[in-house]
Amino acid sequence: MEVFWYTMIAMVLVVFFILDGYDFGAGIIHLFFAKSEKDKEVIAKSAGLFWDSNEVWLVAAGGMLFMAFPTFYASVFSGFYLPLIIVLWLIIFRAIGLEFRSQFNYQMWKAIWDKSFGISSLFLALFFGIALGNIVRGVNLGSTSNGISVHEAHYFFLPLWDSTFSPLSGTPGVIDWFTIVIGLITVVTLAIHGANWIILKTNSSINLQLKSVIFKLNIALSLLTIFSLSLWLMINPDALDNFMEKPWLLIFTVIYFSGVFGLFFIKKIKKDIYGFILSSLIIVGGITSTLASIFPVILPSTNSINGPLTIYNTAAHEYGLSIALNWFVVGFILLFVYLIVQKRLMGGKIDHMDYGH
Amino acid sequence: MEDMIFYDRLQFAFTITFHYLFPQLTMGLSLIIVFFKWKYLRKKEEKHNDSAKFFMKIFAINFTMGVVTGIPMEFQFGTNWAKFSELTGGIIGQTLAMEGVFSFFLESSFLALFIFGEKLMGQKLHFLTGFLVFLGSWASGYFILATNAWMQHPVGYEILDNGVFVLKNFSALFSNPWLLPAFLHNQFASVVTSSFVVASIGAFYILSEKNIEYGKLFLKTGVIFGLVSSLLVAFPTGDWNAKNVAKYQPAAFAAMEGIFETEEAGSEIVLIGQPDMVEKKLDNKIAVPKILSFLTHGEWDKQIPGMDQFKEDELPTNIPALYYSYHIMVGLGTIFIGIMVLAVFFLRKEKLYTFKPLLWTIMFLFPFPYIANTTGWYVAELGRQPYLVYGLLRTVDGVSPTVSSGNTLFTLLGFVGLYILLGLLFLLLVGKTIYQGPEPQKH
Repeated sequence: MEVFWYTMIAMVLVVFFILDGYDFGAGIIHLFFAKSEKDKEVIAKSAGLFWDSNEVWLVAAGGMLFMAFPTFYASVFSGFYLPLIIVLWLIIFRAIGLEFRSQFNYQMWKAIWDKSFGISSLFLALFFGIALGNIVRGVNLGSTSNGISVHEAHYFFLPLWDSTFSPLSGTPGVIDWFTIVIGLITVVTLAIHGANWIILKTNSSINLQLKSVIFKLNIALSLLTIFSLSLWLMINPDALDNFMEKPWLLIFTVIYFSGVFGLFFIKKIKKDIYGFILSSLIIVGGITSTLASIFPVILPSTNSINGPLTIYNTAAHEYGLSIALNWFVVGFILLFVYLIVQKRLMGGKIDHMDYGH
Repeated sequence: MEDMIFYDRLQFAFTITFHYLFPQLTMGLSLIIVFFKWKYLRKKEEKHNDSAKFFMKIFAINFTMGVVTGIPMEFQFGTNWAKFSELTGGIIGQTLAMEGVFSFFLESSFLALFIFGEKLMGQKLHFLTGFLVFLGSWASGYFILATNAWMQHPVGYEILDNGVFVLKNFSALFSNPWLLPAFLHNQFASVVTSSFVVASIGAFYILSEKNIEYGKLFLKTGVIFGLVSSLLVAFPTGDWNAKNVAKYQPAAFAAMEGIFETEEAGSEIVLIGQPDMVEKKLDNKIAVPKILSFLTHGEWDKQIPGMDQFKEDELPTNIPALYYSYHIMVGLGTIFIGIMVLAVFFLRKEKLYTFKPLLWTIMFLFPFPYIANTTGWYVAELGRQPYLVYGLLRTVDGVSPTVSSGNTLFTLLGFVGLYILLGLLFLLLVGKTIYQGPEPQKH
């Protein structure tokens, strides 16, 4: 049961990052590459039409995590208190940027909300990556100090950074040189993904330029990936054990690299949807390989006193998990039906779609 | 420790109060939009369709605000109330996850289609998407109320040795006797808010002699929905809820009614008075004998336990705030019924559109249902204190053990600043939409 819910939550999260990932990415591209007002408008629109129905996947993942792994939810949300609240503020700035920019036809008004959308998208991508970095690096569970746990074994509190900025300090903060690298990987990945989305959904004048942007970012991504892997092995020499024991898990890694590999041919790809699928593969592969590498652990401990959080020691009781299965099956089918209906009805280029308000 | 709980509570209270300004409009307004759309399908008069689209613009702004202020609510269960989440997540996680999966998805997916898809879909499908938005928003309310009902009156659980609440009976969450009255009361109250807003915009257009045809339609629709919903909020749903509080949370009932001392036979109902917590009495009291016993139990002489019957640590922690919230809610609710009866009376006499004093009153009435809704929720939440899960888990035992008060104050200040900005932007945009009016825009 635990494995089932773990898989489902991972799946909803992956869908969230594929969907909301493209509008984060569109924000990053918007910030750095959109120059003319027409491009700015159409790129903002390619995110603005969809962000709220994409973000419900985050809400759903949050709700499912709360229901199935309440101890994990409680531990992680209170432990990462500051970064999570900052993420909330960024989500708010991004959303109002998207919703409000077209409300007044006034240059300065638009410029303000464009920046709000772009900068918060950039930082959100960075923070989500840093979060993933924290999950694999682990935290000082129980807030131990001099060999004594200050809190219960499954609670902790992380400052934003500690003075060393090092994952090896024993009491690492949220931001250190390892999590920053993972954050950068996420920014680059989502920028690629967003660029593919813009090419797919709009006729913006920078579509052609974006293909070479994708190509360059893809080189950066490849280098960052190799760099981060070596950092990771330095921090945690056992990082690849799961893959050694269960080689089939490597399929996730293969998915990741096939996406990266494919995107080197972005300039030759004729159908825009293929580019989008390739960057989706990177997201799918990236998240699943990371999670697989620590499974069944979901939050490692950086001290030797308190063991890690796993899906087994944080799950809700059996009865609740199995009864939730009944409603979830129905709900899950509905989610995909809504998604398909929506993407069908709003398929094609969105340049001339009437922006209601 | 005291500081920590104070800031955690203040942050939750502030963010939920601000958040609920928006759903209380959208839930009721979706019903009125569906009504306009249905009218259009039947009568084929453009003004009904224009009205549906006009209010959908206002709905969309409110929906955005509701979403961005709603995500922090879900997060805060974990960030600020970690111990509570850990202990009860196996139960309330069910209803909260269902809210996300079933209703929030429905509402947000079909809202986009309603706004952008009219030409693509044809009128019948467009009506259907509007209906699904309505269904989604009411289902949201239902699951949230189911979550709250469990906290007010826990059912279907078992407590393990380590204090964890385990779900034993899933269907009990939905047959909870607290749920249906609270849900209906809440939904009708949200119809009150939205119908008063619709009527208020109507009165504004008539008084300012702009969009007068739409003004009349809004005013008429608003006051009819307003009368029906304000009546339903009071009776039977308000009455049911009061009886539930008297039955399941007698200490809260005594506090909200302001009964300090138990009376031998039959309790009076307090209309006005200020609680004096030192002397344990009401100052400047105006009360009617025995009415409360009759309203609550149908018997004039039935004894109702006063606050003197309960231990100090069983009584709500802020009795004056609870007492005032309750009396403001009930007082406003009564005034609403009065004004709406008058408005419908003038409507029947065909004098409503020209009777200026009433038009001005209705125009300025719209903030008050927001106040009544907010104080209504304060009654529920302050009455639940000092517990998170009534009678079982105290509020002090639910906070995050590792988050310091300095950090909570930091985020609280951040939320205050951000929400002031959001509030100003919201008013600007709604003001602009009302100013532009429901006439179709010429391109």
